Parts: sequence; structure tokens; C-alpha cells
Amino acid sequence: MTETTPRKSGRVHRAGAFDIRNFIGALIGLYGVVLVVYGIVGSSAAQLKKSDQVNINLWAGIGMVVVAGFFATWARLRPVVVPEDPEAVDHEPTSSL
Amino acid sequence: MLLAASSTLRLDANWVDYLLIALYFVFVLGIGIAARRAVSSSIDFFLSGRSLPAWVTGLAFISANLGAVEIIGMSANGAAFGIPTVHYFWIGAVPAMLFLGVVMMPFYYGSKVRSVPEFMNRRFGPAAHLVNAISFAIAQLLIAGINLYLLASIVEILLGWKLWVSLLIAAAIVLSYITLGGLSAAIYNEVLQFFVIVAALLPLTVVGLYKVGGYGGLKDQIRSTYTNAGDRLNSWPGTNITAIDNPFLSVLGLVFGLGFVLSFGYWTTNFVEVQRAMASSSISAAQRAPIIGSFPKMFIPFIVILPGMIAGVVVNELAPSAKSPNYNNALLYLMRDLLPNGMLGVAIAGLLASFMAGMAANISAFNTVWSYDLWQTYVVKDREDSYYTMVGRVATLAATLIAIGTAVFASNYTNIMNYLQTLFGFFNAPLFATFILGMFWKRMTATAGWTGLVSGTIAAVLLSIASTGVLGSLSQGWIGLSGQGASFVAAGAAFVVDIVVSVLVTAVTQPKPDSELRGLVYSLTPKKDFHDANEGSLAWYQQPTKLAAVGAVLVIILNILFW
Repeated sequence: MTETTPRKSGRVHRAGAFDIRNFIGALIGLYGVVLVVYGIVGSSAAQLKKSDQVNINLWAGIGMVVVAGFFATWARLRPVVVPEDPEAVDHEPTSSL
Repeated sequence: MLLAASSTLRLDANWVDYLLIALYFVFVLGIGIAARRAVSSSIDFFLSGRSLPAWVTGLAFISANLGAVEIIGMSANGAAFGIPTVHYFWIGAVPAMLFLGVVMMPFYYGSKVRSVPEFMNRRFGPAAHLVNAISFAIAQLLIAGINLYLLASIVEILLGWKLWVSLLIAAAIVLSYITLGGLSAAIYNEVLQFFVIVAALLPLTVVGLYKVGGYGGLKDQIRSTYTNAGDRLNSWPGTNITAIDNPFLSVLGLVFGLGFVLSFGYWTTNFVEVQRAMASSSISAAQRAPIIGSFPKMFIPFIVILPGMIAGVVVNELAPSAKSPNYNNALLYLMRDLLPNGMLGVAIAGLLASFMAGMAANISAFNTVWSYDLWQTYVVKDREDSYYTMVGRVATLAATLIAIGTAVFASNYTNIMNYLQTLFGFFNAPLFATFILGMFWKRMTATAGWTGLVSGTIAAVLLSIASTGVLGSLSQGWIGLSGQGASFVAAGAAFVVDIVVSVLVTAVTQPKPDSELRGLVYSLTPKKDFHDANEGSLAWYQQPTKLAAVGAVLVIILNILFW
């Protein structure tokens, strides 16, 4: 299961950029960064009043950065291996993600 | 579904909001382009090469359903009825999804059919197949049009763009990513959309709760605002949502009508959903897709119904004193009142994501059924594989154009669209009866298959004509049932009539020989056809039955907590 037996092509292909987790992490992460920055520099008193003085942009932004970090870590720790031998990753056939 | 056409809802979006919305669309198209590299055969285009991991198909499974009707409709129900709305999730969707994963998915995946109608064809032959495939294809075009119309009208209301501008832009975006990447692009985008929707609704809910003083504060405010607070804060017997006054009958209607017939019918036979699971990489992954999906599904009420309930007490336009509160705007009002620029952009992106997910799901299911079930089966057989991928791409283009037409129609005749949608809902109940009978009763004949379907559907239509207001002025009001209650009864009748007719017709017609039914009927299929060879060595959370048991326990706990 965890052993990396040589398969037909003889080496492990990683799915590189097209791992949906990278897309999700990147978009949510960008959202987070924009919100944090805007929450710090762009919060007018009128805007804050809407939500009883909670700086939503800042807090939601921080939350999104954390989620993006989670996706990046997950994608790093369990990279996608392109087909041939799905068993090589785990039991979970995470091929061509 | 009518949204306010007033300019009172115009949101003051600024450049940050537009930046965040634009970012989302860049990613949507990026996924379409990236997925294109993976398409080399028709199975790649229509079923993602049956290679996706279960968490991806599981999230896509619920995301495909997280369209306009779900987000706008369920938050409206939350504002109008309160807690009983959870039945759509905890009695409706979740048990049906678990049932699909444990019981029915092995038939769909194990028999190697490429669509739900194709299963119908192999089990019951062309008559039942045509009934199923054609009604499904038409319904998809209709619903895609409704999603598109809602998307465009949201953009018009919130940002002030002309309806036709956003109609065309949205259609062009969906069209380009599905034509490029086929089902993979649709599914990957659905997964992305799921997270964008959560990123939009979760902060909105949290801030809303903060504003009303937590869940306790919300309950207090509902008690002091509404006279029927008891109905709004307890899920059972849910008489306000069923419109059935007798509590016992109301519970019966919820459990049998909504839970068993309508939801099982929808989730287990609707190819839009099942297609996502069929794109999985193995039988156990296909089974796990709806089961994994059921976990987030359980918690969606908290970010959809709860904001609706909050809007019901904090938004002026929805107060009991308001002349004609338009609950469909609940979420939009709440966004306007609570969210600052920035989060506002994320929230708008989330709504657009949700409507596009719905539309893309309908179109990608339509093009599969059109290409495999109608074109390849009845019109042009035996061509090379690439020909059918091309047919699928053309079908996608045609479907998008028709959806634009439907959307324009919907903008002029909103009521007619609502009734049509109700009507198509009735196709699911008899489908479920026919499938479940056909899967477990080997004697059931081909003739019984289509006669059961047709008579069940007719029964539902007749009952809704006899009821009050279900089909507008077409309903005659002969029986004292209206609203959701009437839909539950109509669906229940469709189910019972389908079973009775199927049994009677089977008694007088010839069954198919056993040899043709392997993989299609439980008793004639070797157990190994329904399981992966390595299933015994999977961890407990990878075994469908055990995972489903955990889901069942969780949903029972949720039901008890909000009793």
C-alpha cells in the first residue's frame, strides 16, 4: 500500500498544477489576503456599524487564509499520483485528481 | 420563484467586490482549461473517465443540488416557516443519500451503465427508457433555464446590470468550461463552488448570529416577534410547512411523502446527482460519494435556513407588519444590511457560484443523456467514440441556447415555470418505485416497467389538478389539500399507483430471461459484482456501510436536538 513499487512507466507522475486542491486553496487564499488587507485599511465607520463594530472582512479573511493553508498542506502531504498503480498512494485511489 | 424587482435592494458594490467576483470567474475558466487536457475519449467527457476520488465526487454530489432553488428557496422557507425547514435536509435528503450509497449505487456502478436511463433500458427495454430519458432531458433544459434566469435577475437586482447582459455572460461562461472539459470541468468547478458558497454564507451566518445575540437571542426575538413562535422553533410536527392541520397526518406526510417518496425519488434516480457518483474510481468510491456528501449536507441548514430565520427578525421588509414580505429576498436583504464591501463581493460570488453550479450540472447531465441515451441508442448507432464526444459538445451548445430561451420565457411567465417544476418533480416518485421494484423483483416485466411509470405519473398529475393551487388555476380544489402537503400526497399516490400497476401487469406478461438480468437484479447478481475485490482491507471510514451508519446516527442526533 505505502510501498512505491515500480510500475509500468517506472516512476511516479505527480499531477502538478492540476490538483483541484491547489485551485481551491489559491482562490480562498487570495480572497483571504484581499479581505484581511481591506479589513485593515478600508473599514470605514459606516461599514463597521452595519455589523455592530465587528470587522467581518478581517476575521473572515483570516479564516480563509487558514483554510487555504490547510488545502496547501494537504496537497503537499498527499500529492496526487497519476494512474497506473492507484494502490501506491494508499488504498484511496486518488488518481488524476 | 419571484425576486423583488425593486431597486431598494441595489447593493453598493465597489471595486474590491468586483475584484473578488472577477477572481472567481478567472478560476472557473482556468479549471475548464486545465480539465481539457484530460479529455481523450467520450467516457472522459461524459463520466470523467470514471477516475475521480470520493471526496471530490461527494462534494460535487451536493454542490450540483446547491443551486438557486436550494439557496434562495431554503433561506426563504427559513424566514417564512423557521426550523421545520430542516426536514428537507434531515428527513429528506440525508436518508435518501445514504440509501443511494448503500443500496442502489452498486446496481448503477456495477452494471457499467453510463446513465440512469441506460439502466432503465437494460432492465425494462426501450419503452420505459424513452419515457425516462425524454422527460429527464426536457426537465434539465427547463431547470437550467430557471437557474440561468435567477442568476441574471440577481445580478440585475444587486448590481443593476441589464437582464440580457448577465444572461449571455453567464451562459457563455458555463458553455465554455463544459465544452472544454466536459464533466470533469463541471465537477471540479462544483467542488470549488461549494467552498466559495460556504465562504460566502458562513461569515454571513456568524455575523447575523452575533447581531441577534446568538441562537438563544434568535429564539427570544422570534418569540417576541411572531405569534406562532412554537411552530417556528420546533421541527415536529411541522404543520406550518406541510399545511396539514392534523399533527399526526402532518408527520406522516413529512416522513412518507417528503422523506420516503419525494426525496428518495429525487436523490436516487435523478441522473444529475447519480452522474457525479458514477464518475468515481471504484464501486466503493461511487458508494461513498453520496455518503460523504451527506455529511456536509447535514450542516448546510445552518448556513442557509439560519440566515433566513435571522433575516426574519432583523430585516424591516420581512417583519410581520410588512405588507407583503418577499421571503425569497431574505438572503439578499441580510447581505445588504450586514456585510461591508469586501465580504459583500465574496457573498455575491457565492450566489453566482451556486446558480452556475446548478445550471452546469443540469447541462452536463443533459448532454450525457442526449448523446448516449437518445442519439446513440436510437438515431446514429455504431459510430466511433470521438463522434459521440462531438455530439456531446454540440448538445452542450444547443442546451445552453435553449436554456437562454427558457430563461427569457421564465422572466415573462414566472408562475408557469414554477408549476412546470412542480410537475417534473412528479416524475421522480414513480421512477423510484419502478427502480426499486425492478432491482429486487426479478419477475417484474418490461411492460410493467413503462406502464407503472406512466400510470404513476398520471396519478400525481390528476391529484394535483384535484388539489388547491398546486398547479395554479389549473387546480380545481376538489380536495382540501394545498401547498407542500398536496405535493407530498400527490407523490405518495404516484408511488402507490406505480407499485400496484407494476404488480398487476407483471402477473399477465412475460418476464425477461434470468440470463439478461445479471447486474440489474439483486438475486441474479453474484455478490462480487457489487463489491470491490479489496473492500475487506479498507479502513472503516472507507467502507460504505460503516460510514453510512455513522451518518445515520449523526442525522438522528440532529433531528432530536431540534425536535
